[in-house]
Amino acid sequence: MADQTLPIAGSLDVTPQRLSRAQVLEWLHGWVVTVDHKRLGILYVVYGIIFLLVAGAEAMAIRIQLAWPGMHFLSPELYNEMFTMHGTTMVFLVGMTILFGFANYLVPLMIGARDMAFPRLNAFSFWMTAFGGLLIYYSFIGGFGLYGMGAAPDVGWWAYAPLTARAFSPGHATDYWALALIVAGFGTLGTAINIIATALSMRCRGMSLLRMPLFVWLMLVTSALTLITITPLTAAQIMLLIDRYLGGHFFDTQAGGSAVVWMHFFWIFGHPEVYVLVMPAFGIANEIIPVFSRKAIFGYPAMVAASVGIAFVSMGVWAHHMFTVGMTSVGNAFFVLSTMLVGIPTGIKIFNWVATIWGGKIRFATPMLFCLGFLFQFLIAGLTGIMLSVAPWNWQLHNSYFVIAHFHYVLVGAIVFNIFAGIYYWYPKVTGRMLSETLGKWHFWLFLIGFHITFDTMHFVGFLGMPRSIYTYEPDRGWNHLNFIISIGGMIQGIAVLIFAWNLVQSYFRGRKAGNDPWDAWTLEWSTPSPPPAYNFATDPVVHSRRPLWDLKHPEDPDWKYEA
Amino acid sequence: MREHGARAIRLVSLPLLCFAAVSAAPIAWADGPQSSPSIFAPASTPASSIQDLSWFVLAITGGIFVTVGGLLAWAIFRYRARKTDDDSEPAQIYGSTQVELAWTVIPILIVVVLFLTTARIIFAIQDAPKPQVALDVTVVGHQFWWEFRYPKLGIVTANELHVPVSSALEPRPTFLHLLSADVDHSFWVPQLAGKTDLIPNHPNDMWIDPRHTGLYVGQCAQFCGVEHAKMLLRVYVDTPEEFDTWVKQQRQPGMQDSSVAAGRHIFETEACTNCHTIAGTAATGTFGPNLTHLESRATIAAGAALNTTENLHAWIQDPDHFKPGALMPAMQLSGEQIDELVAYLTTLH
Repeated sequence: MADQTLPIAGSLDVTPQRLSRAQVLEWLHGWVVTVDHKRLGILYVVYGIIFLLVAGAEAMAIRIQLAWPGMHFLSPELYNEMFTMHGTTMVFLVGMTILFGFANYLVPLMIGARDMAFPRLNAFSFWMTAFGGLLIYYSFIGGFGLYGMGAAPDVGWWAYAPLTARAFSPGHATDYWALALIVAGFGTLGTAINIIATALSMRCRGMSLLRMPLFVWLMLVTSALTLITITPLTAAQIMLLIDRYLGGHFFDTQAGGSAVVWMHFFWIFGHPEVYVLVMPAFGIANEIIPVFSRKAIFGYPAMVAASVGIAFVSMGVWAHHMFTVGMTSVGNAFFVLSTMLVGIPTGIKIFNWVATIWGGKIRFATPMLFCLGFLFQFLIAGLTGIMLSVAPWNWQLHNSYFVIAHFHYVLVGAIVFNIFAGIYYWYPKVTGRMLSETLGKWHFWLFLIGFHITFDTMHFVGFLGMPRSIYTYEPDRGWNHLNFIISIGGMIQGIAVLIFAWNLVQSYFRGRKAGNDPWDAWTLEWSTPSPPPAYNFATDPVVHSRRPLWDLKHPEDPDWKYEA
Repeated sequence: MREHGARAIRLVSLPLLCFAAVSAAPIAWADGPQSSPSIFAPASTPASSIQDLSWFVLAITGGIFVTVGGLLAWAIFRYRARKTDDDSEPAQIYGSTQVELAWTVIPILIVVVLFLTTARIIFAIQDAPKPQVALDVTVVGHQFWWEFRYPKLGIVTANELHVPVSSALEPRPTFLHLLSADVDHSFWVPQLAGKTDLIPNHPNDMWIDPRHTGLYVGQCAQFCGVEHAKMLLRVYVDTPEEFDTWVKQQRQPGMQDSSVAAGRHIFETEACTNCHTIAGTAATGTFGPNLTHLESRATIAAGAALNTTENLHAWIQDPDHFKPGALMPAMQLSGEQIDELVAYLTTLH
């Protein structure tokens, strides 16, 4: 079944065979000036993985510093830079770029298009994001931070006013933070516009909106949400720069500005941002779980509705990050309710995934293992989210390690797990070679074990009153052993990621040939050769259902007979 | 497939472990004389009602976890591909309106219950009326220390808050008015109440009514700069008699002892007076902690070091020794001058 020639044929393979110096330069030049959605997708993902290693190294430094009370591995200044840069990097330079990379690569292939709607905007967006990342890392050389010392941004990735005012953050570290994210943010907006235009107007014949693969749906919703959420952050950062250099008083409390207004701006961005990151991850799970369960996704219309519902509700929950800033009791109650409501569409998604597995024939290949880990972890993350939405309990848990545990359950347990799943799943399509399953299983199990040692334990140390953002802690608070355990788990995850990086490199040269359709999957990208040729499809495909390849493989029992 | 079964068991037992670890942790992990500032060892009404609420929420979420996690684990185990399987695909099921409706309605009901319970506790804590007998304290957050003002008692002190014990028969709650002198901070003593932020231009209020005497520790819970980690909090809950004695003592001006006049002279003529106050002397600075009764405190530098002669000496010589990034500069005094200064400071009972 896997390698049968399907009616949707590819075009010529133009990969160069032998490389001279001139050819290498030509090849490099090709990558720099490319407007091909697949190449840009690869650039996004590679760039994201490089920053994943950087941010991972920052996390390791943090965990060494916290392994024992009173450690002197990092100075307080350097520690503050590490946690600020770890958070900023993971959100803006790893999560966003890898997920947008997936979208860039996959959306046109999945909807039967030859490229994105605006290929040049696409290239422009990638390079804006890339230069934003380089700019913020240049601050290690070019900027000075909080009072006294520090070279990189050190005000936390939330950058609360008035700590960012020039009185408290002289030098330019905070400027690097604001400017770099404005630059990267414009790149993000460009890609979001591009994805929306592509999904709405570039679909092949027969692909109505309700036949789009769920990954494309999720990227469409995510992109719409991105347009709404990045804007207030950019606006707030411009206001911050006006405060710092043009004598504005938006957030400058010493001149009557408001620290609370910054919090509102930041979280109106910051909370939907979590969904901007997690919904593409849902999209990946929506593609992988059905294929490895050998069943159609359960409740497709409900999944679409739930995604739109989550995006909608997510814009009305931001102040649950602010239960401790002294809102009125009615204000607090409102945000308790709106936050709890997110649980309903999210619950629907989890139930639908369970129902998809139910009655299937589950194949435990590496992509599926990561997705199954995601399902358990996302369930827990959702439940700890409910706990945090209970405002009085939040007064205790807010800014404690419980919160760190919760959002790492979302960002690592759900998003990074699904990113790994997606890379194992689509790497054969992108490179033409399979990733090593043996190394993949090592990667999965080590990462899973390390993840749970680290982040399960963090919940407890939060219950015991340990706040976040502290570079050291008192030895008599009962946090010592737990912190040591957390650090051990962190190191195990570090080793797992190194195995993954090695797997990526060595499989590129020595991996088993993949063929067009190694997983026996159902969406259009698997009908093209691996890697797909420039312009993807020699003839425009025509589809009749949500699973065009299922229809081709099972002409006796096609989907279009059953879909409403 | 055994490992999947084992994983399922481990995951299902997680909430149980959670309960066990939380209840055992303050005992099992305690290294020093103090117990952990655990949110599950409350000693004041706000902290207790939060704990009760949290058990209720844990029970509901734990139930959801066992049910959904159990179904998921069972599905993974039951529907695994087997070697004996043929090549055929399983039956394709696209959805079911009844089932989907059911698992939409049940979560809605759970949300209603959780929301109403939560709202009741929000109003009970946040809108609690302030009784006449309440003690008023104004808390001012500074980089990186706490200022405590008792406006009706005329007391100003730092880093170690003294409050009277409160009981059902003789309620004596303490109402804290929270201000900031510079950046955002957050007042958090987990055993007494949830945290509330101290934000410039945005005064906040919270209250505690500790039921047991003793020392309760906490610390700043909103990142406030380089030494955020060493902005520690100590709350002493005194018996009414102890509290009255403490108040009486704190209202005295600074001790005058002619045997340490040299040290006092250094204090009054060096830069110390720019930032510190000692009542009854020329020192009236307010940028740093009030030192009038320094010796009544157990720690210096917002809890970063014990209040001993050696530590005071080391602190004045180079504050970065305990707290790199603290805003107090090294005073550039000779060893002899510091000895005399410390001798004076240690008389400030």
